[in-house]
Amino acid sequence: MSGPTRIRATLTGGETEVKILMSHDMETGLRKEATGALVPAHHITEVTVTHNGRVVLSAQFGTAVSKNPYLQFRFRGGAKGDTVGVRWLDNLGERRSDDIAIT
Amino acid sequence: MQRRDVLRAGGAGTLFAVLAGAGLITPEQARAASADRAAFAATTMEDALTALGAGRPAVTQDIRVQAPDVAENGAVVPVTVTSALPGTTSIALLVERNRTMLAASFILPDGTLPTINTRIKMAESSDVYVLVSAGGRFYMTSREIKVTQGGCGG
Repeated sequence: MSGPTRIRATLTGGETEVKILMSHDMETGLRKEATGALVPAHHITEVTVTHNGRVVLSAQFGTAVSKNPYLQFRFRGGAKGDTVGVRWLDNLGERRSDDIAIT
Repeated sequence: MQRRDVLRAGGAGTLFAVLAGAGLITPEQARAASADRAAFAATTMEDALTALGAGRPAVTQDIRVQAPDVAENGAVVPVTVTSALPGTTSIALLVERNRTMLAASFILPDGTLPTINTRIKMAESSDVYVLVSAGGRFYMTSREIKVTQGGCGG
């Protein structure tokens, strides 16, 4: 199951701090159901964070990133009202893209 | 025969154009991505480092790893990594005793500060290695995190 990515981008002292909470089960492919059947691997593989379209962070995930992945980082610059975008892609080809304005 | 050759050449030309067109957008990304995906399948530290193109990274004290000494829940282990190495362009997190070691890798463009905070899964108590690429060289540090309850299989 996946849903909207929660993003917070805050300008402080000439730097923009970005906090991201993605909604994704991040199944490793090793977990078993009560029946003993393996739950197939289903996890985010790529994340791209942009500031007004310019990439400020790109990440590759394996299966060992926790469920509902969290990321926090900072980049120099940014202005209130600028757009921070988060896009992810998972191993089954599902995608999600969300934006927020810097506050 | 001649016409067939022409058709074949034409077909190849079209395919090449399509590939080049697609390649114009992300040639480096595609290469990096394929290298990284191989690294994610690695089950030994040596294989993971080779797949990441890191060879034998220099051990450094200039990478700080903030994490709990003992994590109650291996499914959610908060880790903050900060590199003090000038020209840091990438950071990777590897968990030695997970089935596959590479948990995540990050590419930091100019202007992005070399600090990443995320949450990872650990199957059991393990050394966590942080690999940093800075100024075209690779550096590594490690930190032991004990886990009370594993967070991978289940």
